[in-house]
Amino acid sequence: MTTTTILPVGAAYIEAVSAATKEPAWLTNVRLEALELAGRLELPKYEKTRVDKWNISQYGQYNTEAAVASFDQLPESVKGLIKTEDASNLIVQRNASVVFSQLSEELAQQGVIFKDLHVAATEHAELVQKHLFSVIKKDENLVTALHAAAFTGGIFLYVPKNVQVEVPLQALFMHDQEDAAFSPHVLIVAEANSSVTYVDHSANTTSTSAIVRNIAIEVVVQAGAKVTVASVNDLAANVTELTFRRAEVAQDGQVNWIIGEMNAGNSATDTTSILRGNGSESDAKVICVGSNDQKLSITTQAIHWGKNTNSDMVTRAAMRDEATAIINGVTKIEKGATYANGEQTERVLMLSPKARGDANPMLLIDEDEVKAGHAASVGQVNENQLYYLMSRGISREQAQKLIIYGFLAPIVTAIPIAALEAQLSEVVERKLGQ
Amino acid sequence: MSKVQFTIDNLQASIANKEILKGVNITINGGEVHAIMGPNGTGKSTLASVIMGHPSYEVTGGAIQLDGEDVLDMEVDERARAGLFLAMQYPSEITGVTNADFLRSALNARREEGNDISLIKFIRQMESKMKSLEMDPQFMHRYLNEGFSGGEKKRNEILQMAMLEPRLCILDEIDSGLDIDALRIVSEGVNAMKSEDRGFLIITHYQRLLNYIQPDFVHVMMQGRIVKSGGPELAERLENEGYDWIKEELGIVDERVGVEEEFQVPMNTVAPKY
Repeated sequence: MTTTTILPVGAAYIEAVSAATKEPAWLTNVRLEALELAGRLELPKYEKTRVDKWNISQYGQYNTEAAVASFDQLPESVKGLIKTEDASNLIVQRNASVVFSQLSEELAQQGVIFKDLHVAATEHAELVQKHLFSVIKKDENLVTALHAAAFTGGIFLYVPKNVQVEVPLQALFMHDQEDAAFSPHVLIVAEANSSVTYVDHSANTTSTSAIVRNIAIEVVVQAGAKVTVASVNDLAANVTELTFRRAEVAQDGQVNWIIGEMNAGNSATDTTSILRGNGSESDAKVICVGSNDQKLSITTQAIHWGKNTNSDMVTRAAMRDEATAIINGVTKIEKGATYANGEQTERVLMLSPKARGDANPMLLIDEDEVKAGHAASVGQVNENQLYYLMSRGISREQAQKLIIYGFLAPIVTAIPIAALEAQLSEVVERKLGQ
Repeated sequence: MSKVQFTIDNLQASIANKEILKGVNITINGGEVHAIMGPNGTGKSTLASVIMGHPSYEVTGGAIQLDGEDVLDMEVDERARAGLFLAMQYPSEITGVTNADFLRSALNARREEGNDISLIKFIRQMESKMKSLEMDPQFMHRYLNEGFSGGEKKRNEILQMAMLEPRLCILDEIDSGLDIDALRIVSEGVNAMKSEDRGFLIITHYQRLLNYIQPDFVHVMMQGRIVKSGGPELAERLENEGYDWIKEELGIVDERVGVEEEFQVPMNTVAPKY
């Protein structure tokens, strides 16, 4: 039996995006190929989560937002979201388009590229073409294909070999028009022995109609390079998020993820590290807070191909109200990845009798000479801890807050920019305090 | 501040329907140090937990009053704000909450809203108290009790007591797991807090601690009751002679309380053969 899938975007939409962004023909062709694939591909398999029942068909309207020349010209609503002491390395995307992009002279001279992906596709066509969709491939499933076909805006970050970028590069993805398309693509390429920290923050400043954000972050970590990606996602309840974040790590390379899944709407996110080269490493720290009736599918994966590869994954989720979270941790060790070591921990704190949280650790191991471990727990606020705090005069409510916040704190404090860490704390507090 | 008066009147309490406290009476006035001694399993720690309001215990009779107020009517946090403090034998470890954040919350809980303690003042106070307890200042920013050694936990309990300045301090086996140096430091911390505004109830089963903290009254607990009271000389006699003479005097065979009867294998039975 054949079924005809009605795709949320069509060729006309893609051609309009291509024309508006003046992207090169090769990129338009990639989009059209992806669209064709989308017609044949299925949704990825999400454990115990019926993503097909979610609203995943509203990709929004494509509009070009006016670019601004300086930081001061950004709207106040945007500036209010940029909690930083230093905006010298910053990209701001508003709805579907990048409106502001700035890189310090010093980094530019070292050959670092940090700019609008559409612009980079023309100015650095060879580099972008080589790496775009090389880690998250357009033919994997319906979500990746639609993303490749319909992505709007995004970032190209390139660090040449041996360049150490000491300051974090920041991006803000903000949505302030209710039906605007909002599916950026972030491509990070760190050449051999380079290092860089990329930090992004996604937020709405106004209410929105039902919309899908299909965002992808792909990271190419070449030999001996080190990349840290920190991402705080704080989108409104009407936004359905489908996210793939993935790094492919070459020999002795390293990727670190610090992710705050703070969206108010349904979200299915997958953060994967492919440890391709010998001696490569990954570390993933994820927190999420579920509230109201939102549904979350939070997956972290480490795929070991290289020998002597190390991975560590920690996910902590606090679930309120009637929220549901399926927390998956996958450690896969392929045949030949001798002396690999993969550790993972998933902890879910249930704050309401109607909330639901499943922790599913999976160890898939095809090699004998390896180490792997997992720990998972689902529980409530510990009564002895409550008693202890209360015995010092702290009210039950305040004690509960301290314990829940403490449960998430080890990940919040790992955020590499103090201002963003403060912002994440604020979001956590807001989500827990409603 | 006025002189403290703390009374426990015929207190009875049970856990999981097993009666542990069978009518305890003590009166502690400001400036007094009372020690409760006794072998393991006689109800000493239960008494401390019941005074503080541990949720696992049920009070089945009697009364506790602090300065004329009914303690049993209060929630755990209200008891603390009223002036009770229990230095626990096994303090909880709480990840993600730093010692400083925790103590500041506890101090602010005693103040009116909008009148929080200033950060500078708080840090100065905490640093000076930590110094007198010979604690590494970095413990301020460590997660509450997480990864602390037994001795570090005990010092941290005394640090909290010094910061919160309670009216009645209960120390539950504060000496267990302490080496001589730590014992000296902890005792000095306690002695420095002695005042007419404050009473102490010290639970221990070793006389050793009482060489450092001189008690005014010593009570011996057995079978969920105070079976003998006296002055400091009673502790010395216990140190020299143990508890057997008291058991003999009172005709007590098993001093413990709430212990399950051990299952005795009936005679003339043989283990099944497979």
